[in-house]
Amino acid sequence: MSEKEGEGCVRKRRTDSAQMLEAERRDANPPSAVISAFKVFQQELDTKHDKYERLVKISRDVTIESKRTIFLLHRVTSVPNMEDVLAEADVKLDCVQQKIGQIAEELKGEDLFQFHKAFTAGIQEYVEAASFQHFIRHRTLISLEEINARLVFIRDCEADTKDDTGRQASPVLTFQVTPTDYLLGVADLTGELMRMCISSVGNGDMDTPFQLGSFLREIHDGFSYIGNTGPYEVSKKLHTLRQSLAKVEDACYTLRVRGSEIPKHMLADVFTSRAAIMDPDEGVA
Amino acid sequence: MSVTEMFTYIQGFLSADQDVREDIRKVVQALEQTAREILTVLQSVHHPAGFRDIPSRCRRARELFSAVRTQVGELKTKFPVEQYYRFHEHWKFVLQRLTFLAAFVVYLESDSLVTREEVVKILGVEVDREKGFHLDVEDYLAGVLIMASELSRLAVNSVTAGDYGRPLRISNFINELDSGFRLLNLKNDPLRKRYDGLKYDVKKIEEVVYDLSIRGLAKEPEAGEDK
Repeated sequence: MSEKEGEGCVRKRRTDSAQMLEAERRDANPPSAVISAFKVFQQELDTKHDKYERLVKISRDVTIESKRTIFLLHRVTSVPNMEDVLAEADVKLDCVQQKIGQIAEELKGEDLFQFHKAFTAGIQEYVEAASFQHFIRHRTLISLEEINARLVFIRDCEADTKDDTGRQASPVLTFQVTPTDYLLGVADLTGELMRMCISSVGNGDMDTPFQLGSFLREIHDGFSYIGNTGPYEVSKKLHTLRQSLAKVEDACYTLRVRGSEIPKHMLADVFTSRAAIMDPDEGVA
Repeated sequence: MSVTEMFTYIQGFLSADQDVREDIRKVVQALEQTAREILTVLQSVHHPAGFRDIPSRCRRARELFSAVRTQVGELKTKFPVEQYYRFHEHWKFVLQRLTFLAAFVVYLESDSLVTREEVVKILGVEVDREKGFHLDVEDYLAGVLIMASELSRLAVNSVTAGDYGRPLRISNFINELDSGFRLLNLKNDPLRKRYDGLKYDVKKIEEVVYDLSIRGLAKEPEAGEDK
């Protein structure tokens, strides 16, 4: 605020207090109707803003933990025992799910969409992590129901009946990922799959790139089917998706054409140099 | 579930969502039309001739608000009530305009700030979210702020029309409103932006009052504002 405005405030406050005094004289009821109404609004707005901030904070934690899980999952291409990594990711995701449980707790009895902006980023990141793990394990796309099924929380019943006075609250708390958040999370997943493809080639894995290629194509077809009927962000992500798909298709092509010619131990070099060329626009993903 | 099935499911959801939005948009358009009609009726208070028939104008506006209530009733049927905020942006604007109009009518009638309870009664909505289609507190406040700028205009025009008492009353009212708003801790959001404009309205009205008082025109016949 500029100095000028500050002065204006002081001046005005003086007239206000004079007015209040006057009102006091008029009817021994100091706060006017307007002022007391605004006190109520103040409280209402503060409560709302506080809740929003709390949700933003939880969402940020969810984002960070999900990102770490994704980094962890990228290691599956380079370690001998995949199951260890997946088990570790399970533990991490459990932790994220608990955090989402906190979101669900905050939203109890509220309109999910009123605060949706506060936590949508976190949820998308979670969808990305969960679907990535699911893909590594099962080579399929996790469905929205499966994601939602993981976000069912059993609350502490004893603590609950005490602070819930009126009606008997059910001990089960659920969080529903909206189809849009799911869609955006899956769009982000494709970027991770592309990275996984490139790195698995580096490790001499000749099957994964082709599996990834066909999976990405399926997802791409799915997004093309939705086209621009979806929300605005989807069409933005579609562009990045096309780039990822092109990279993977390129990699598969190179493998097919030159895989038989190049000695196995040199394959990695071929791809690391290719990946380095493609890197610059990866930041978009 | 295969990838294709999954995307078909999502597509189904998205097109259902769009249908609902389309329905809402139609009703909101009708509401906007009614709001414009009410505004036109009330605009006549700015004309010199209009000052004499403020009560009749208010009555006419009140009649038109009954059309608003039916339209809002129709809007309520277009979507599940617990998803109010999912579609909020569609009617946010028109609801703020209508709040402004209701507040303006009430101010013209009784020189007082409309309460949220009165507005919801005029518009045929609810106060609490739990009870159904409601008026968000931020929308109510935004509507009140629109009225403040309308009143600063009214102060100028009432002087032109020879009504020297009104600007003083408006000045008192706006000052009270301003101190009310200063109680709020606004975030950096649209409401805050709009509130930042309030000081210009206050300034404008103070100037009008100043002009009147240095010319000795600011005497209230009923001496209601200071003893």
